[in-house]
Amino acid sequence: MQVKGGSEWAARNRQELIHMQYLISVIDDGQADSAGSEISGTAEEGAAIDVFNEKLQKQGSWVFAGGLGYPNNATTVDNRGESTVITDGPYVESKEFMAGFWIIEAPDLDVALALATEGSKACNRKIEVRPFLEV
Amino acid sequence: MSDAIIRTHRDEWARMVASLTKRFGDLDIAEEAAAEAFATAVERWPTDGVPPNPGAWITMTANRKAIDRIRRENKRDDKYREALLVMDVDTPAPLGAIDDDRLRLLFTCCHPALSMEARIALTLRMVGGLTMPEIARAFLVPEPTMGQRITRAKGKITAARIPYRMPSADDLPARVSGVLGVLFLVFNEGYLASGSDTDPLRPGLTAEAIRLTRLLRGLLPDDGEVAGMLALMLLIDARRPARVALSGELVPLASQDRLLWDAALIAEGHALVRARLRSGEAPGRYQVLAAINAVHTSSPSALDTDWSQIVALYDQLVRLDPSPVVALNRAIAIGELDGADVALALVDGLASLDGYHPYHATRAELLRRASRDSESRDAYDRAIELAGNTAESAYLRRRRDELG
Repeated sequence: MQVKGGSEWAARNRQELIHMQYLISVIDDGQADSAGSEISGTAEEGAAIDVFNEKLQKQGSWVFAGGLGYPNNATTVDNRGESTVITDGPYVESKEFMAGFWIIEAPDLDVALALATEGSKACNRKIEVRPFLEV
Repeated sequence: MSDAIIRTHRDEWARMVASLTKRFGDLDIAEEAAAEAFATAVERWPTDGVPPNPGAWITMTANRKAIDRIRRENKRDDKYREALLVMDVDTPAPLGAIDDDRLRLLFTCCHPALSMEARIALTLRMVGGLTMPEIARAFLVPEPTMGQRITRAKGKITAARIPYRMPSADDLPARVSGVLGVLFLVFNEGYLASGSDTDPLRPGLTAEAIRLTRLLRGLLPDDGEVAGMLALMLLIDARRPARVALSGELVPLASQDRLLWDAALIAEGHALVRARLRSGEAPGRYQVLAAINAVHTSSPSALDTDWSQIVALYDQLVRLDPSPVVALNRAIAIGELDGADVALALVDGLASLDGYHPYHATRAELLRRASRDSESRDAYDRAIELAGNTAESAYLRRRRDELG
């Protein structure tokens, strides 16, 4: 059997119909320290984030988003051994930390990066884009 | 016989990897199938004879190799790959579409989400068709390291889904500029090779960079910066025969034997620069750099150089690219026009370039002209310490030792 043009169809099918999910992490590199609070965003930043979120929802890119509390308030749990070890604090100590995130859907990295570029402007923070594993 | 294979490889490799990538959606499959197809040609052509249309033969063979691999791996539940297996294998794609594919391939390999090292390696492998050992040797990296670099990059392209398509119109200028940046790094590594015990020039790399830039120019004939980059490379490469003395020492522009320059490359470079000037469009940085090199290469001797025109071009370049490296080169041109003291005052304001050997080499030469010998000697010492090119180090050592 010969299906001419099948490759075009298959490529389009894969690239456009099956979207990827990306984690967009908002990175705090000193804002919380300067603000003296884990709620470090300004009113303008908040308003810009609302506009950006609405856009994500309207165009169908939105999956989930949220702000995170200070890593000092994290608790690490390790139950691989015989007894559960519960430790105060995050699993990795670093000056920079994840202060919030978006999970978005996009057909490819270029679209995800374009959204991240807007997101970084809106929240006025550095941002990391990371793909979820494809299932 | 091997000529036919080499020629087909040079002409068809990028086209083939590009169309296989488009068809199978996977750079890894494309690369492997292309390499296997050429290995088959090396095996078969000497006994079976060169096929009447070598390009078509290679393409068909590569397509079959790719499908074989997919069949082997098709244990996974992947409807997309199953769909490919029922297609017409041997129908060639229309020509225009294939040209676009090579451009897509270049944009994917030079994607800003990849590290610069990965972009260079991927571009030379996927578009240039260089083998892994060749690339590893060119960049003085152990083969397994280079292999890992390429594998990791291909992994990120798949996992993060770096797309295989033309950038949007908004992104296009920045992405073209990114591709040009990669090609220029390849060129520079050939023109001023790093490494303390290697050949100072690696003409294989400059030739490859020029070949890829010609390819890009064929694909984007209206892009002024692409034309500017090609002109820039040609005008620099034209001076290669005069650039290293028999003693192995670098010969600076002013002392080069201009009769050794390649007149054909200069003529081609000048024609490109003139065409850009005629276009009346505002030039980008590569076009301005090409124009600066056109002024140098149209001067019959170093003394006749039109330095005021060069300074004017650097003024224009500083506005496009206010980096300290550009400011340093502008200061050198001003030194020729207004004297060493004026240039030194400018150079002393660029101390952020402390780790950049041309900064110290420039200071050394200017201090020498200003008869400040002991400061000049210190600057030479610092430049020699930082310079990585054998011919350049030899030149700097001699200049320092002349000071006594």
